[in-house]
Amino acid sequence: MVATVLSVANATKRFGGLVAVNNLSFEVHQNEVMGIIGPNGSGKTTMMNLISGALSVSEGSIGLNGRFISTLTASQINQRGIARTFQLVRVLPGLSVVENCMAGMVFGHRRLWGDQARYEAGKLIERVGLSGKEAVPVGSLTYIDQKRLELARALASSPKLLLLDEWLAGLNPTELQEGIDLIRSLREEGITIILVEHVMDAIRSLCDRCIVMAAGSKIAEGSPGEVLADPEVVKVYIGEDV
Amino acid sequence: MSHENEFKSLVWGAVLLVLAACVPLVANGYWMSIALTIAMFTVLATSWSLFSGPTHYISLATAAFFGVGGYLVGTGMSDYNMDFWTMVAIAPVVGAVLAFLIGIATLRLSGVYFVIFTLGLAEMIRTLVSWIQNNFTGSRGLYVLTDLTEADIYIYLVILAAVVYLVGWWVNRSRLGFALRIIGNDETVARHVGINTATSKVILFTFSGFVAALVGALIAPRYTYIEPNGVFSPEISFIVVIMALLGGTGRLWGPIVGVIPFALLQEYINANYSNYSTLVMGIAFLVIVYFLPKGVVGRIEQLLARRGRSTW
Repeated sequence: MVATVLSVANATKRFGGLVAVNNLSFEVHQNEVMGIIGPNGSGKTTMMNLISGALSVSEGSIGLNGRFISTLTASQINQRGIARTFQLVRVLPGLSVVENCMAGMVFGHRRLWGDQARYEAGKLIERVGLSGKEAVPVGSLTYIDQKRLELARALASSPKLLLLDEWLAGLNPTELQEGIDLIRSLREEGITIILVEHVMDAIRSLCDRCIVMAAGSKIAEGSPGEVLADPEVVKVYIGEDV
Repeated sequence: MSHENEFKSLVWGAVLLVLAACVPLVANGYWMSIALTIAMFTVLATSWSLFSGPTHYISLATAAFFGVGGYLVGTGMSDYNMDFWTMVAIAPVVGAVLAFLIGIATLRLSGVYFVIFTLGLAEMIRTLVSWIQNNFTGSRGLYVLTDLTEADIYIYLVILAAVVYLVGWWVNRSRLGFALRIIGNDETVARHVGINTATSKVILFTFSGFVAALVGALIAPRYTYIEPNGVFSPEISFIVVIMALLGGTGRLWGPIVGVIPFALLQEYINANYSNYSTLVMGIAFLVIVYFLPKGVVGRIEQLLARRGRSTW
Protein backbone atom coordinates (compact mmCIF):
# COMPACT_ATOMS: atom_id res chain seq x y z
CA MET A 1 0.00 0.00 0.00
CA VAL A 2 1.45 3.34 -1.08
CA ALA A 3 1.13 6.22 1.36
CA THR A 4 -1.38 8.92 0.48
CA VAL A 5 0.21 12.37 0.42
CA LEU A 6 -2.80 14.49 -0.45
CA SER A 7 -6.43 13.62 -0.07
CA VAL A 8 -9.12 15.91 -1.37
CA ALA A 9 -12.64 15.01 -0.27
CA ASN A 10 -15.76 16.65 -1.73
CA ALA A 11 -13.98 19.95 -2.25
CA THR A 12 -16.31 22.68 -3.44
CA LYS A 13 -15.53 26.32 -4.18
CA ARG A 14 -18.21 28.88 -4.88
CA PHE A 15 -17.69 32.45 -6.05
CA GLY A 16 -21.12 33.89 -5.40
CA GLY A 17 -23.42 31.86 -7.62
CA LEU A 18 -20.59 30.37 -9.70
CA VAL A 19 -19.42 26.92 -8.65
CA ALA A 20 -15.81 26.81 -9.82
CA VAL A 21 -15.00 23.49 -8.19
CA ASN A 22 -17.87 21.10 -7.60
CA ASN A 23 -17.64 18.26 -5.10
CA LEU A 24 -14.22 17.10 -6.23
CA SER A 25 -12.49 14.15 -4.59
CA PHE A 26 -9.15 12.55 -5.37
CA GLU A 27 -5.99 11.28 -3.76
CA VAL A 28 -2.33 11.67 -4.62
CA HIS A 29 0.10 8.99 -3.51
CA GLN A 30 3.73 9.11 -2.56
CA ASN A 31 6.13 9.49 -5.54
CA GLU A 32 3.24 9.88 -7.93
CA VAL A 33 2.87 12.46 -10.68
CA MET A 34 -0.76 13.33 -11.11
CA GLY A 35 -2.14 15.48 -13.87
CA ILE A 36 -5.22 17.69 -13.76
CA ILE A 37 -6.49 18.39 -17.24
CA GLY A 38 -9.61 19.90 -18.69
CA PRO A 39 -10.76 22.71 -20.96
CA ASN A 40 -10.23 26.38 -20.08
CA GLY A 41 -12.40 27.51 -17.21
CA SER A 42 -12.99 24.01 -15.90
CA GLY A 43 -11.61 24.90 -12.44
CA LYS A 44 -8.10 23.43 -12.58
CA THR A 45 -6.29 26.51 -11.32
CA THR A 46 -8.98 27.08 -8.69
CA MET A 47 -8.34 23.54 -7.47
CA MET A 48 -4.60 24.31 -7.25
CA ASN A 49 -5.41 27.50 -5.34
CA LEU A 50 -7.52 25.50 -2.88
CA ILE A 51 -4.65 23.07 -2.25
CA SER A 52 -2.02 25.79 -1.85
CA GLY A 53 -4.25 27.87 0.41
CA ALA A 54 -4.51 30.86 -1.93
CA LEU A 55 -8.26 30.27 -1.69
CA SER A 56 -10.23 28.47 1.01
CA VAL A 57 -12.74 25.73 0.27
CA SER A 58 -16.45 26.51 0.59
CA GLU A 59 -17.12 22.88 1.51
CA GLY A 60 -15.18 19.67 1.77
CA SER A 61 -11.74 18.96 3.15
CA ILE A 62 -8.15 18.70 2.09
CA GLY A 63 -5.59 16.67 4.02
CA LEU A 64 -1.82 16.45 3.73
CA ASN A 65 -0.27 13.26 5.10
CA GLY A 66 -3.39 12.61 7.12
CA ARG A 67 -3.56 16.10 8.63
CA PHE A 68 -6.34 18.55 7.92
CA ILE A 69 -5.02 21.61 6.08
CA SER A 70 -8.01 23.24 4.42
CA THR A 71 -8.40 25.95 7.06
CA LEU A 72 -4.73 26.92 7.07
CA THR A 73 -3.30 30.01 5.37
CA ALA A 74 -1.08 29.77 2.31
CA SER A 75 2.02 30.41 4.39
CA GLN A 76 1.11 27.70 6.92
CA ILE A 77 0.42 25.23 4.10
CA ASN A 78 3.80 26.03 2.57
CA GLN A 79 5.39 25.38 5.94
CA ARG A 80 3.66 21.98 6.06
CA GLY A 81 5.36 21.08 2.78
CA ILE A 82 3.37 22.15 -0.27
CA ALA A 83 5.15 24.39 -2.78
CA ARG A 84 3.84 25.75 -6.05
CA THR A 85 4.54 27.66 -9.21
CA PHE A 86 2.04 30.05 -10.73
CA GLN A 87 0.11 29.94 -13.99
CA LEU A 88 1.43 33.42 -14.85
CA VAL A 89 5.06 33.24 -13.86
CA ARG A 90 5.83 35.20 -10.68
CA VAL A 91 9.50 35.91 -10.10
CA LEU A 92 10.72 38.61 -7.71
CA PRO A 93 12.24 41.29 -9.99
CA GLY A 94 13.91 43.27 -7.20
CA LEU A 95 15.90 40.27 -5.98
CA SER A 96 18.86 38.50 -7.54
CA VAL A 97 18.59 35.04 -9.09
CA VAL A 98 20.10 33.43 -5.99
CA GLU A 99 17.85 35.43 -3.66
CA ASN A 100 14.80 34.40 -5.69
CA CYS A 101 15.70 30.80 -5.09
CA MET A 102 16.57 31.40 -1.43
CA ALA A 103 13.13 32.90 -0.89
CA GLY A 104 11.76 29.36 -1.10
CA MET A 105 13.91 27.87 1.63
CA VAL A 106 14.09 30.48 4.37
CA PHE A 107 10.57 30.68 5.79
CA GLY A 108 8.75 27.55 4.79
CA HIS A 109 9.10 23.82 5.04
CA ARG A 110 12.87 24.16 5.35
CA ARG A 111 14.28 27.06 7.32
CA LEU A 112 17.82 27.55 6.14
CA TRP A 113 19.59 30.89 6.37
CA GLY A 114 22.90 32.56 5.62
CA ASP A 115 25.73 30.77 3.88
CA GLN A 116 24.00 27.41 3.91
CA ALA A 117 20.90 28.81 2.17
CA ARG A 118 23.09 30.55 -0.39
CA TYR A 119 24.97 27.31 -1.02
CA GLU A 120 21.82 25.22 -1.40
CA ALA A 121 20.30 27.88 -3.68
CA GLY A 122 23.38 27.72 -5.88
CA LYS A 123 23.00 23.96 -6.22
CA LEU A 124 19.32 24.26 -7.15
CA ILE A 125 20.03 26.95 -9.71
CA GLU A 126 22.42 24.55 -11.37
CA ARG A 127 19.85 21.77 -11.03
CA VAL A 128 17.20 23.66 -13.02
CA GLY A 129 19.70 24.71 -15.67
CA LEU A 130 20.37 28.34 -14.75
CA SER A 131 24.12 28.04 -14.16
CA GLY A 132 26.03 31.07 -15.36
CA LYS A 133 22.98 33.34 -15.14
CA GLU A 134 23.32 34.20 -11.45
CA ALA A 135 24.32 37.79 -12.25
CA VAL A 136 21.57 38.45 -14.80
CA PRO A 137 18.80 40.78 -13.55
CA VAL A 138 15.75 38.59 -13.01
CA GLY A 139 13.56 40.79 -15.22
CA SER A 140 15.91 40.20 -18.17
CA LEU A 141 15.74 36.41 -17.98
CA THR A 142 13.94 34.71 -20.85
CA TYR A 143 10.50 33.27 -20.22
CA ILE A 144 11.73 29.71 -19.80
CA ASP A 145 14.50 30.85 -17.48
CA GLN A 146 11.99 32.71 -15.35
CA LYS A 147 9.98 29.50 -15.19
CA ARG A 148 13.10 27.58 -14.24
CA LEU A 149 13.75 30.10 -11.49
CA GLU A 150 10.22 29.78 -10.20
CA LEU A 151 10.64 26.01 -10.15
CA ALA A 152 13.92 26.35 -8.26
CA ARG A 153 12.13 28.52 -5.68
CA ALA A 154 9.40 25.91 -5.27
CA LEU A 155 11.94 23.07 -4.99
CA ALA A 156 13.95 25.07 -2.49
CA SER A 157 11.52 24.21 0.30
CA SER A 158 12.10 20.52 -0.43
CA PRO A 159 8.34 20.05 -0.64
CA LYS A 160 6.38 16.90 0.12
CA LEU A 161 4.09 17.91 -2.71
CA LEU A 162 4.89 20.16 -5.66
CA LEU A 163 2.12 21.95 -7.56
CA LEU A 164 2.98 22.98 -11.13
CA ASP A 165 0.32 25.18 -12.69
CA GLU A 166 0.81 25.13 -16.46
CA TRP A 167 4.53 25.21 -15.96
CA LEU A 168 5.07 24.05 -19.55
CA ALA A 169 2.69 26.53 -21.18
CA GLY A 170 4.08 29.08 -23.58
CA LEU A 171 7.35 27.29 -24.30
CA ASN A 172 8.66 26.69 -27.81
CA PRO A 173 9.20 23.06 -28.93
CA THR A 174 12.88 22.91 -27.86
CA GLU A 175 12.15 24.51 -24.51
CA LEU A 176 9.16 22.23 -24.05
CA GLN A 177 11.38 19.17 -24.45
CA GLU A 178 13.85 20.63 -21.95
CA GLY A 179 10.97 21.34 -19.58
CA ILE A 180 9.56 17.82 -19.85
CA ASP A 181 13.01 16.34 -19.25
CA LEU A 182 13.43 18.54 -16.18
CA ILE A 183 10.12 17.45 -14.67
CA ARG A 184 10.87 13.83 -15.52
CA SER A 185 14.15 14.10 -13.63
CA LEU A 186 12.23 15.44 -10.61
CA ARG A 187 9.89 12.52 -10.90
CA GLU A 188 12.84 10.13 -10.95
CA GLU A 189 14.03 11.71 -7.72
CA GLY A 190 10.73 10.66 -6.23
CA ILE A 191 9.07 14.05 -5.76
CA THR A 192 5.28 13.90 -5.56
CA ILE A 193 3.82 16.30 -8.12
CA ILE A 194 0.44 17.58 -9.24
CA LEU A 195 0.56 19.26 -12.59
CA VAL A 196 -2.10 21.22 -14.38
CA GLU A 197 -1.32 21.07 -18.05
CA HIS A 198 -2.71 21.57 -21.54
CA VAL A 199 0.24 19.99 -23.29
CA MET A 200 -0.93 16.43 -23.96
CA ASP A 201 2.54 15.12 -24.83
CA ALA A 202 3.68 16.18 -21.38
CA ILE A 203 0.66 14.55 -19.75
CA ARG A 204 1.28 11.27 -21.58
CA SER A 205 4.98 11.12 -20.86
CA LEU A 206 4.97 12.41 -17.27
CA CYS A 207 1.78 11.44 -15.47
CA ASP A 208 1.03 8.18 -13.72
CA ARG A 209 -2.57 9.16 -13.37
CA CYS A 210 -4.77 12.08 -14.23
CA ILE A 211 -8.14 13.50 -13.47
CA VAL A 212 -10.17 15.36 -16.04
CA MET A 213 -12.25 18.34 -14.99
CA ALA A 214 -15.11 19.95 -16.85
CA ALA A 215 -17.22 22.81 -15.48
CA GLY A 216 -15.82 22.28 -12.00
CA SER A 217 -16.52 18.55 -11.75
CA LYS A 218 -14.36 15.49 -12.18
CA ILE A 219 -15.49 13.58 -15.27
CA ALA A 220 -12.76 10.96 -15.52
CA GLU A 221 -9.82 9.53 -13.62
CA GLY A 222 -7.17 7.01 -14.65
CA SER A 223 -3.96 6.61 -16.58
CA PRO A 224 -3.39 9.24 -19.30
CA GLY A 225 -4.06 6.65 -22.02
CA GLU A 226 -7.37 5.64 -20.46
CA VAL A 227 -8.77 9.08 -19.80
CA LEU A 228 -7.75 10.49 -23.17
CA ALA A 229 -9.62 7.65 -24.85
CA ASP A 230 -12.72 8.20 -22.72
CA PRO A 231 -15.60 9.35 -24.99
CA GLU A 232 -16.80 11.80 -22.31
CA VAL A 233 -13.37 13.45 -22.22
CA VAL A 234 -13.17 13.62 -26.00
CA LYS A 235 -16.59 15.25 -25.95
CA VAL A 236 -15.64 18.07 -23.58
CA TYR A 237 -12.46 18.79 -25.49
CA ILE A 238 -13.66 18.52 -29.07
CA GLY A 239 -17.42 18.66 -28.84
CA GLU A 240 -20.25 16.24 -29.74
CA ASP A 241 -20.21 13.88 -32.68
CA VAL A 242 -22.54 15.03 -35.36
CA MET B 1 27.64 41.50 1.59
CA SER B 2 30.88 40.02 2.89
CA HIS B 3 31.83 40.20 6.55
CA GLU B 4 34.66 42.57 5.78
CA ASN B 5 32.27 44.97 4.06
CA GLU B 6 29.86 44.78 6.95
CA PHE B 7 32.63 45.64 9.35
CA LYS B 8 33.66 48.55 7.14
CA SER B 9 30.15 49.97 7.01
CA LEU B 10 29.87 49.71 10.79
CA VAL B 11 33.15 51.62 11.19
CA TRP B 12 31.99 54.27 8.73
CA GLY B 13 28.71 54.56 10.60
CA ALA B 14 30.54 55.04 13.90
CA VAL B 15 32.83 57.72 12.43
CA LEU B 16 29.89 59.65 10.96
CA LEU B 17 28.03 59.35 14.25
CA VAL B 18 30.95 60.89 16.16
CA LEU B 19 31.16 63.70 13.58
CA ALA B 20 27.41 64.32 13.89
CA ALA B 21 27.75 64.44 17.66
CA CYS B 22 30.42 67.15 17.32
CA VAL B 23 28.11 69.56 15.47
CA PRO B 24 27.01 71.41 18.66
CA LEU B 25 30.66 72.27 19.36
CA VAL B 26 31.00 74.30 16.17
CA ALA B 27 27.47 75.36 15.24
CA ASN B 28 25.98 78.69 16.30
CA GLY B 29 22.32 79.11 17.22
CA TYR B 30 21.07 79.38 13.63
CA TRP B 31 22.94 76.33 12.35
CA MET B 32 22.17 74.41 15.53
CA SER B 33 18.50 74.91 14.82
CA ILE B 34 18.92 73.60 11.25
CA ALA B 35 20.98 70.66 12.51
CA LEU B 36 18.19 69.82 14.93
CA THR B 37 15.64 69.82 12.11
CA ILE B 38 17.92 67.59 10.06
CA ALA B 39 18.39 65.19 12.99
CA MET B 40 14.66 65.04 13.57
CA PHE B 41 13.82 64.28 9.95
CA THR B 42 16.73 61.83 9.65
CA VAL B 43 15.27 59.69 12.40
CA LEU B 44 11.71 60.03 11.07
CA ALA B 45 12.62 59.32 7.43
CA THR B 46 14.98 56.45 8.24
CA SER B 47 12.52 54.67 10.50
CA TRP B 48 9.75 55.34 7.98
CA SER B 49 11.73 53.67 5.25
CA LEU B 50 12.56 50.63 7.37
CA PHE B 51 8.94 49.67 6.76
CA SER B 52 7.94 51.54 3.62
CA GLY B 53 11.23 51.08 1.74
CA PRO B 54 11.23 47.33 1.23
CA THR B 55 7.46 46.80 1.31
CA HIS B 56 6.51 49.81 -0.89
CA TYR B 57 3.65 50.55 1.46
CA ILE B 58 3.66 54.35 1.54
CA SER B 59 2.47 55.39 4.99
CA LEU B 60 1.21 58.93 5.59
CA ALA B 61 0.58 58.29 9.26
CA THR B 62 3.93 59.59 10.55
CA ALA B 63 2.29 62.79 11.79
CA ALA B 64 -0.14 60.75 13.88
CA PHE B 65 2.68 59.08 15.82
CA PHE B 66 4.85 62.18 15.94
CA GLY B 67 1.85 64.18 17.13
CA VAL B 68 0.94 61.63 19.80
CA GLY B 69 4.48 61.94 21.14
CA GLY B 70 4.46 65.73 21.20
CA TYR B 71 0.93 66.02 22.49
CA LEU B 72 1.43 63.50 25.30
CA VAL B 73 4.46 65.41 26.53
CA GLY B 74 2.48 68.66 26.32
CA THR B 75 -0.65 67.46 28.04
CA GLY B 76 1.27 65.38 30.57
CA MET B 77 3.41 68.29 31.69
CA SER B 78 0.75 71.02 31.49
CA ASP B 79 -2.40 69.22 32.59
CA TYR B 80 -1.09 66.49 34.85
CA ASN B 81 2.18 67.89 36.20
CA MET B 82 4.12 64.94 34.91
CA ASP B 83 7.87 64.92 34.56
CA PHE B 84 9.25 65.39 31.01
CA TRP B 85 11.20 62.12 31.06
CA THR B 86 8.22 60.14 32.34
CA MET B 87 6.23 61.35 29.36
CA VAL B 88 9.14 60.58 27.04
CA ALA B 89 8.98 57.01 28.33
CA ILE B 90 5.19 56.74 27.92
CA ALA B 91 4.83 58.42 24.52
CA PRO B 92 6.65 55.85 22.34
CA VAL B 93 4.72 53.00 23.95
CA VAL B 94 1.44 54.72 23.10
CA GLY B 95 2.77 55.41 19.58
CA ALA B 96 3.70 51.76 19.16
CA VAL B 97 0.30 50.53 20.36
CA LEU B 98 -1.42 52.96 17.98
CA ALA B 99 0.79 51.81 15.08
CA PHE B 100 0.11 48.19 15.98
CA LEU B 101 -3.65 48.81 15.82
CA ILE B 102 -3.37 50.73 12.54
CA GLY B 103 -1.17 47.96 11.18
CA ILE B 104 -3.75 45.31 12.05
CA ALA B 105 -6.57 47.41 10.58
CA THR B 106 -4.78 48.04 7.28
CA LEU B 107 -3.48 44.51 6.68
CA ARG B 108 -5.83 43.88 3.83
CA LEU B 109 -5.19 47.20 2.13
CA SER B 110 -2.49 47.77 -0.39
CA GLY B 111 -1.38 50.40 -2.87
CA VAL B 112 -3.28 53.66 -2.93
CA TYR B 113 -5.89 52.39 -0.48
CA PHE B 114 -3.24 52.00 2.18
CA VAL B 115 -1.91 55.50 1.49
CA ILE B 116 -5.33 57.12 1.74
CA PHE B 117 -6.29 55.13 4.80
CA THR B 118 -3.17 56.15 6.72
CA LEU B 119 -3.65 59.80 5.73
CA GLY B 120 -7.31 59.73 6.72
CA LEU B 121 -6.52 58.06 10.00
CA ALA B 122 -3.83 60.60 10.87
CA GLU B 123 -6.25 63.43 10.11
CA MET B 124 -8.93 61.78 12.20
CA ILE B 125 -6.59 61.52 15.16
CA ARG B 126 -5.59 65.17 14.75
CA THR B 127 -9.24 66.26 14.73
CA LEU B 128 -10.09 64.01 17.64
CA VAL B 129 -7.25 65.32 19.78
CA SER B 130 -8.15 68.94 18.94
CA TRP B 131 -11.74 68.26 19.88
CA ILE B 132 -10.79 66.64 23.19
CA GLN B 133 -8.39 69.51 23.88
CA ASN B 134 -11.05 72.14 23.20
CA ASN B 135 -13.92 70.49 25.02
CA PHE B 136 -12.50 68.59 27.96
CA THR B 137 -8.98 69.42 28.99
CA GLY B 138 -9.52 73.18 28.91
CA SER B 139 -8.44 75.55 26.24
CA ARG B 140 -5.27 76.68 27.95
CA GLY B 141 -2.12 76.06 25.94
CA LEU B 142 0.16 73.15 26.51
CA TYR B 143 3.51 74.42 27.65
CA VAL B 144 6.59 72.25 27.60
CA LEU B 145 9.09 74.04 29.77
CA THR B 146 12.40 72.30 30.36
CA ASP B 147 16.03 73.24 30.80
CA LEU B 148 16.97 71.40 27.63
CA THR B 149 18.80 73.37 24.95
CA GLU B 150 18.55 72.66 21.24
CA ALA B 151 22.01 71.10 21.46
CA ASP B 152 20.79 68.67 24.15
CA ILE B 153 17.80 67.61 22.09
CA TYR B 154 20.05 67.30 19.06
CA ILE B 155 22.34 64.87 20.90
CA TYR B 156 19.37 62.76 22.02
CA LEU B 157 18.16 62.56 18.44
CA VAL B 158 21.61 61.61 17.15
CA ILE B 159 21.68 58.78 19.71
CA LEU B 160 18.20 57.72 18.63
CA ALA B 161 19.34 57.85 14.99
CA ALA B 162 22.23 55.55 15.87
CA VAL B 163 19.79 53.10 17.47
CA VAL B 164 17.50 53.24 14.42
CA TYR B 165 20.46 52.61 12.11
CA LEU B 166 21.58 49.65 14.21
CA VAL B 167 18.09 48.18 14.22
CA GLY B 168 17.84 48.74 10.46
CA TRP B 169 21.22 47.14 9.90
CA TRP B 170 20.17 44.14 11.95
CA VAL B 171 16.78 43.88 10.17
CA ASN B 172 18.43 44.03 6.75
CA ARG B 173 20.62 41.06 7.61
CA SER B 174 17.80 39.07 9.17
CA ARG B 175 15.09 36.83 7.81
CA LEU B 176 12.63 39.59 8.68
CA GLY B 177 14.34 42.02 6.29
CA PHE B 178 14.43 39.39 3.55
CA ALA B 179 10.74 38.69 4.15
CA LEU B 180 9.90 42.39 3.79
CA ARG B 181 11.75 42.60 0.47
CA ILE B 182 9.84 39.59 -0.83
CA ILE B 183 6.57 41.16 0.36
CA GLY B 184 7.46 44.36 -1.50
CA ASN B 185 8.13 42.39 -4.67
CA ASP B 186 5.09 40.14 -4.63
CA GLU B 187 2.92 39.56 -1.61
CA THR B 188 1.25 36.49 -3.12
CA VAL B 189 4.62 34.82 -3.60
CA ALA B 190 5.58 35.87 -0.08
CA ARG B 191 2.59 34.02 1.36
CA HIS B 192 3.34 30.96 -0.76
CA VAL B 193 6.94 30.66 0.40
CA GLY B 194 5.78 30.48 3.99
CA ILE B 195 6.08 34.10 5.10
CA ASN B 196 3.61 35.29 7.70
CA THR B 197 3.11 38.57 5.87
CA ALA B 198 0.85 40.11 8.51
CA THR B 199 3.32 39.65 11.35
CA SER B 200 6.30 40.88 9.35
CA LYS B 201 4.53 44.05 8.26
CA VAL B 202 3.04 44.84 11.67
CA ILE B 203 6.39 44.43 13.46
CA LEU B 204 8.10 47.04 11.29
CA PHE B 205 5.13 49.41 11.21
CA THR B 206 4.92 49.25 15.00
CA PHE B 207 8.63 50.01 15.27
CA SER B 208 8.31 53.06 13.01
CA GLY B 209 5.36 54.26 15.11
CA PHE B 210 7.39 53.81 18.28
CA VAL B 211 10.29 55.83 16.89
CA ALA B 212 8.12 58.63 15.44
CA ALA B 213 6.31 59.08 18.77
CA LEU B 214 9.64 59.15 20.60
CA VAL B 215 10.93 61.83 18.22
CA GLY B 216 7.75 63.84 18.77
CA ALA B 217 8.21 63.59 22.53
CA LEU B 218 11.92 64.42 22.55
CA ILE B 219 11.56 67.45 20.31
CA ALA B 220 8.54 68.88 22.13
CA PRO B 221 10.67 71.20 24.36
CA ARG B 222 11.90 72.92 21.20
CA TYR B 223 8.43 74.22 20.43
CA THR B 224 7.73 75.24 24.07
CA TYR B 225 4.06 75.63 23.17
CA ILE B 226 2.29 72.54 21.79
CA GLU B 227 -0.78 72.82 19.65
CA PRO B 228 -2.51 69.72 18.22
CA ASN B 229 -2.82 71.23 14.74
CA GLY B 230 0.92 71.84 14.73
CA VAL B 231 2.32 68.54 15.92
CA PHE B 232 -0.26 66.50 14.01
CA SER B 233 0.21 68.52 10.82
CA PRO B 234 -0.06 66.25 7.74
CA GLU B 235 2.81 68.26 6.28
CA ILE B 236 5.15 66.29 8.57
CA SER B 237 4.04 63.01 6.99
CA PHE B 238 4.46 64.41 3.48
CA ILE B 239 7.90 65.88 4.13
CA VAL B 240 9.11 62.59 5.61
CA VAL B 241 7.95 60.73 2.50
CA ILE B 242 9.49 63.28 0.13
CA MET B 243 12.81 63.30 1.94
CA ALA B 244 13.04 59.52 2.12
CA LEU B 245 12.11 59.10 -1.55
CA LEU B 246 14.51 61.87 -2.60
CA GLY B 247 17.39 60.09 -0.89
CA GLY B 248 16.26 56.62 -1.84
CA THR B 249 14.80 53.88 0.29
CA GLY B 250 16.83 51.05 -1.19
CA ARG B 251 19.66 51.60 1.29
CA LEU B 252 19.61 52.22 5.00
CA TRP B 253 21.58 55.47 4.59
CA GLY B 254 19.47 56.58 1.62
CA PRO B 255 16.97 58.80 3.45
CA ILE B 256 19.62 61.04 5.05
CA VAL B 257 20.94 61.84 1.57
CA GLY B 258 17.49 63.34 0.91
CA VAL B 259 16.97 64.85 4.35
CA ILE B 260 20.00 67.17 4.36
CA PRO B 261 19.49 68.96 1.00
CA PHE B 262 15.73 69.12 1.42
CA ALA B 263 15.95 70.55 4.92
CA LEU B 264 18.42 73.19 3.70
CA LEU B 265 16.22 74.00 0.70
CA GLN B 266 13.20 74.33 2.93
CA GLU B 267 15.08 76.58 5.29
CA TYR B 268 16.12 78.81 2.39
CA ILE B 269 12.60 78.93 0.96
CA ASN B 270 11.03 79.67 4.35
CA ALA B 271 13.52 82.46 5.00
CA ASN B 272 13.21 84.13 1.61
CA TYR B 273 9.95 83.10 -0.03
CA SER B 274 7.87 81.77 2.82
CA ASN B 275 4.65 82.05 0.82
CA TYR B 276 5.89 79.48 -1.65
CA SER B 277 6.94 76.65 0.65
CA THR B 278 3.97 74.45 -0.26
CA LEU B 279 4.58 75.09 -3.94
CA VAL B 280 8.21 74.04 -3.59
CA MET B 281 7.18 70.90 -1.77
CA GLY B 282 4.79 70.02 -4.60
CA ILE B 283 7.38 70.64 -7.28
CA ALA B 284 9.98 68.63 -5.37
CA PHE B 285 7.54 65.76 -5.16
CA LEU B 286 6.88 65.84 -8.92
CA VAL B 287 10.59 66.00 -9.72
CA ILE B 288 11.32 63.00 -7.49
CA VAL B 289 8.51 60.88 -8.87
CA TYR B 290 9.36 61.68 -12.50
CA PHE B 291 13.13 61.83 -12.50
CA LEU B 292 14.33 60.02 -9.39
CA PRO B 293 11.93 57.16 -8.73
CA LYS B 294 14.67 55.30 -6.85
CA GLY B 295 16.05 58.42 -5.19
CA VAL B 296 19.46 60.02 -5.47
CA VAL B 297 21.19 56.94 -4.09
CA GLY B 298 19.35 54.59 -6.44
CA ARG B 299 20.20 56.86 -9.39
CA ILE B 300 23.89 56.99 -8.49
CA GLU B 301 24.04 53.23 -8.11
CA GLN B 302 22.30 52.85 -11.47
CA LEU B 303 24.85 55.14 -13.13
CA LEU B 304 27.76 53.34 -11.48
CA ALA B 305 26.39 49.98 -12.58
CA ARG B 306 26.01 51.22 -16.17
CA ARG B 307 29.55 52.57 -16.16
CA GLY B 308 30.83 49.33 -14.67
CA ARG B 309 29.16 47.34 -17.40
CA SER B 310 30.44 49.50 -20.27
CA THR B 311 34.07 49.30 -19.14
CA TRP B 312 33.72 45.59 -18.56
